[in-house]
Amino acid sequence: MKMGRMKIWKLLGLAAAVAVGALLVSSAGTAGQSQSVKLVWWHNVTQGPGLKLYKDIVTEFQKRNPNVEVEAVPLQNEQFKTKIPIALQSDSPPDVFQSWGGGGLVDQQKAGKVADITKYVKPWIKTLGGSAAGWQVNGKQYAIPYSVGVVGFWYNRALFRQAGVSSAPRTWPQFLAAIAKLKNAGITPIAIGSKDEWPDAFYWDYLAVKLCSKKVMQQSAVTYNFSNPCWVKAGKLLDQLIDAEPFQDGFLATPAQQGATSSAGLLANGKAAMELMGHWNPGVMQSLTPDNKVPKFLGWFPFPNVPGGKAIPGSLLGGGDGYACSWKAPQPACADFLKYIASPSVQRRIGAIGFGLPVRKGTENSVKDPNLRIVLKFRSSSPFIQLYLDQAYSAAIGQALNGAIAQQFAGKATPVQVVQQITKAAKKK
Amino acid sequence: MTSLDGTTVGRVETRPTVVRVGRKWLAIGLFLAPALALYTVFLIVPVIQAVRYSTYAWNGLGELTDYVGLANYREAFGDPAFRQAMQHNGILVALSLVLQLPLALGVAVLLNRQLPGRSLLRLIFFTPYVLSEAITAVVFLQILQPDGLVDEFLRGVGLGGLVHLWLADLGLVFYTLFVVITWKYIGFAIILFLAGLQGIPPELHEAAAMDGASSWTSFRFVTLPLLGPTIRIWAFLAVIGSIQLFDIVWIMTLGGPAGASSTMATYMVDQGINSYRIGYATSVAVILFAICFVFSILYQIFVLRRDVAGSVTRMAG
Repeated sequence: MKMGRMKIWKLLGLAAAVAVGALLVSSAGTAGQSQSVKLVWWHNVTQGPGLKLYKDIVTEFQKRNPNVEVEAVPLQNEQFKTKIPIALQSDSPPDVFQSWGGGGLVDQQKAGKVADITKYVKPWIKTLGGSAAGWQVNGKQYAIPYSVGVVGFWYNRALFRQAGVSSAPRTWPQFLAAIAKLKNAGITPIAIGSKDEWPDAFYWDYLAVKLCSKKVMQQSAVTYNFSNPCWVKAGKLLDQLIDAEPFQDGFLATPAQQGATSSAGLLANGKAAMELMGHWNPGVMQSLTPDNKVPKFLGWFPFPNVPGGKAIPGSLLGGGDGYACSWKAPQPACADFLKYIASPSVQRRIGAIGFGLPVRKGTENSVKDPNLRIVLKFRSSSPFIQLYLDQAYSAAIGQALNGAIAQQFAGKATPVQVVQQITKAAKKK
Repeated sequence: MTSLDGTTVGRVETRPTVVRVGRKWLAIGLFLAPALALYTVFLIVPVIQAVRYSTYAWNGLGELTDYVGLANYREAFGDPAFRQAMQHNGILVALSLVLQLPLALGVAVLLNRQLPGRSLLRLIFFTPYVLSEAITAVVFLQILQPDGLVDEFLRGVGLGGLVHLWLADLGLVFYTLFVVITWKYIGFAIILFLAGLQGIPPELHEAAAMDGASSWTSFRFVTLPLLGPTIRIWAFLAVIGSIQLFDIVWIMTLGGPAGASSTMATYMVDQGINSYRIGYATSVAVILFAICFVFSILYQIFVLRRDVAGSVTRMAG
């Protein structure tokens, strides 16, 4: 519980060593700048075919640009939350770093920590279609996505058949009816990782996407005004679902992705019939099955439509991964590097190895997995993709939103209280 | 006593000259300087900086521009979630003292006797303390899963009715964590008490026995008073540890569900790292620091004073 004295001194020693090291490194960096430039690239790919692809990207880019050296630094995804703000605050931020767009990017832009790359990307940005919009702030481009996916239901076709659900539900009433049938057949209808809170928010977010108009959704990320009745109504429909008790035993303590008893693990091992999750789910499930394969029974259907909803049909909830250039990154080298990641050659490989859903127009057919092809079909034909709300909003408000919805799942907040809590968080500084 | 000792010493020693006094302080200064410098740079300065940050609304990016005075502190004390977290820490302190103390004391007294396999038993009790917090948390996370080891064991011995959602039940999860924490840290208390018990001369117990004291009387009036200093030190560590509890809770429940197992530290990380409300989270850190600091000082003055006999500084930190 308490840090021992020895430990503190060791840490101090380490900190001092790091500080001295940083000084040395930074002075070395300035000395070499006259000849060529160096891009330090922080990414979250630490294993698998993705890591190999990234190594290839570095080699190829350096070959094409002999005066640019790229140093790739793989970091655990969770580390980004703490490392990025501290690094951006320092004098030696990474040049290229992971960006998920939305409110987080807005906060970084407001603080002047990300570079405006609009003029560099203008000639080719259109080739990414609508996907690039999520990485813009006030119409200016601050980062480039390399993979964008949408959230939907991953389901076990065998269990659906067994329960007599012949086709994937298309509307909310059909969805509730399917849940009842699955329950009657003794099958846990839905696996959910409520410990992590954000999987809870997917339901509320999606109901809002279906109930609120596109205009209301887009304005909410700017004005943080939630007075439109559609927000409370989303919570009320969510209550219908929670009251039907479709989730696994003890779902409030279930993590989303860690281990066979996580929600992804339950679906992967046939212990639950479906899970509302992003396009990364097959990859997660694969690592949680005994044979390390994506289960054969896996299917995908989009979130059901809600009667009386104001959304344009086909509106979806989604998000993706991209890279931003920090304020200190050498230009145009950094923008060129992002261009290379968005190039057809790299984008096709991203699709082919199942690493992501490519954003470059014309590279979609590189995706081989039949389920991901369906996801991609829905993404490409969608008139409006709302970024996950916790990501679309400023971090503090997004986190408060997840927390409030988690309270509703735990029976501790009503739909009205959820909206009140989010509104209150938006008023805080 | 002291004055007598003092005068004796004064007469024997030659009066130090000014030069010698100067040298003495120089030596002290030289020896202390590295430690003091590190202590200042890595402890005092960050504490002062934290106090400064806590008066700003700041998301960790950009300059400190939005001065809010004490608003962060007002918000913290007004936030039901933080009050709930404080309450949890309070319950933890009370439970630690009321339940862990007698338990550890009992086991220590038992392990202090001549009994077969004593060293093995000591090892077994102490092992959990050697495990890292993360490993403990992950192992118990598996054991406490629905239909996990605990549930299957209970069903196996015919106590299926006792099966609960150990980590998902809002009313239960905090006490489940307390059991895990007790399992993890009780070994340390036992080892401390064992060391204390071995410092008690057996003659005292023999004398008590000859005076006709029962084993309880002997424990109550010989063992317990002589174990006092050890117990007081343990209680100090237990209280501070309970106030600062973080790792096991964070890994097992993230403070949830719905804040049912939050502590001040998990609340702080949630606000700071997850919500990027660095200014506000720092005010929570300062509150946490103030509570520990004030408790430490008061404990030194009122409880530990006789044990450490004037050298208060020796125990600080």
